[in-house]
Amino acid sequence: MSKEKKTQAASGDVPIMDAEAVRRALRRIAHEIIERNPDLRSVVLAGIPLRGSEIARRIAEFIREIDKIDIEIGVIDVAMHRDDIGTRPELPVVHASTLPTPLEGRTLIIVDDVLFTGRTVRAAMDAISSFGRPARVQLAALIDRGHRELPIRADYVGKNLPTAAHEKIRVRLAQTDGQSDAVWLEKE
Amino acid sequence: MSTNWNRKDLLGIRELSADEINFILETADAFKQVGTREIKKVPALRGKTLINFFVEPSTRTRISFELAASRLSADVINISASSSSLAKGETLKDTAKVLEANHADIIVLRHSSAGAPQFLAQRLRSSVVNAGDGAHEHPTQALLDLYTIREKRGRIDNLHVVIVGDILFSRVARSNIFGLLKLGAKVTLVGPSTLVPREFETLGVNVSHKIDDILPRADVVNLLRIQHERQRKEYFPGIGEYTRLFGLTKERARLLHPDCLIMHPGPINRGVEIDSEVADGPQSVILDQVTNGLAVRMAVLYLCGGIAS
Repeated sequence: MSKEKKTQAASGDVPIMDAEAVRRALRRIAHEIIERNPDLRSVVLAGIPLRGSEIARRIAEFIREIDKIDIEIGVIDVAMHRDDIGTRPELPVVHASTLPTPLEGRTLIIVDDVLFTGRTVRAAMDAISSFGRPARVQLAALIDRGHRELPIRADYVGKNLPTAAHEKIRVRLAQTDGQSDAVWLEKE
Repeated sequence: MSTNWNRKDLLGIRELSADEINFILETADAFKQVGTREIKKVPALRGKTLINFFVEPSTRTRISFELAASRLSADVINISASSSSLAKGETLKDTAKVLEANHADIIVLRHSSAGAPQFLAQRLRSSVVNAGDGAHEHPTQALLDLYTIREKRGRIDNLHVVIVGDILFSRVARSNIFGLLKLGAKVTLVGPSTLVPREFETLGVNVSHKIDDILPRADVVNLLRIQHERQRKEYFPGIGEYTRLFGLTKERARLLHPDCLIMHPGPINRGVEIDSEVADGPQSVILDQVTNGLAVRMAVLYLCGGIAS
């Protein structure tokens, strides 16, 4: 009934990352997470569906490769925690959230593909608080494109990308979109 | 992400597509998870007002809707027939207009007349959710039944669902029949010929008056409550005779396949349509239905109430 996200770059689009660049960025984030969290076993990677969940899974895989530790993975759905329901023409699809319990004492890292206004992350933090009270919450994003509308910043960023507000960033991942990883910018 | 939903009202199952039904069930999965959280409340309908308008008495459905709305952070007001101006002679339309003027975003209506929810939905900007209208439809009951079958059996397609009881006067049966057929189940209706006439076969279901022949082939048995308060003598054989011919006694329950689910929309008449031991036995999913009802109603309120008006 609605338009699916585009999964193919068009001629006027600007390529930002290819599969290798995505791989390197996520691997670097994995290293940074290891460096900044001496108690890795307390870390939970919580992805925001759909692409955030896939990115969380990949970062966990890199951490396993590097440090031989299995990081716990969760899913945080933000749709039912958004503050703009009823103001958008289309209702966001809700998914089930899964987080380990209890969250007390854990370091929860929210993982998303693109960080933009920060409203999704705010909703994610609201969702997390309904599960419990983690010791700390951090944020990882493959792309930070700026234009924050809330006092939120990422702890781990794959790529900082200055954009104009009207431009669109598209992220395509093999597992969620059926074609090799790519990031591109749509001018219009 | 795309949604398969653009209705402000839920009036019946008959007008829904299989995709829409499945979309409600998937949405309910997400809301069922909320019930396992430490804080079982999400802000999805914060600032919205829901009016539970029950012109016909009902406790379990009203409580389920009230709890569902509370968990979505909506404000809830309950109105019953005796406490409303309907008792003072106001028409349904005028009462509803007053509710809307009070900024009700969602009206959940239980009414003894078929079509009452549709009547309101066409005249109001508010969302209208049918909580049972006469012998017409009870869509959220059918949705929670479908959800429970799908949850326990993993699918609905190709399952054989047997509905037993007073089908003629049952809105639960009607909504279930529409939903089950749309999702590919085979449906057999069982009961006395006065309450389960052959005419139902035109809907695409089988009709039987011999329960013992059907039970061994059932994947799900849904027992409807015998509504004594509505029974008229010419239709109904008498309670003792009904139990003897159609009640799910513990002897009869032995005919069932061990995986067969036993369902009942409640409230149960123990010893009439179902024996106590069967209702509380391992095949019974009657209490799961109640729990799932909450998730399904959260999904319906989220979808109807979340549509921008």
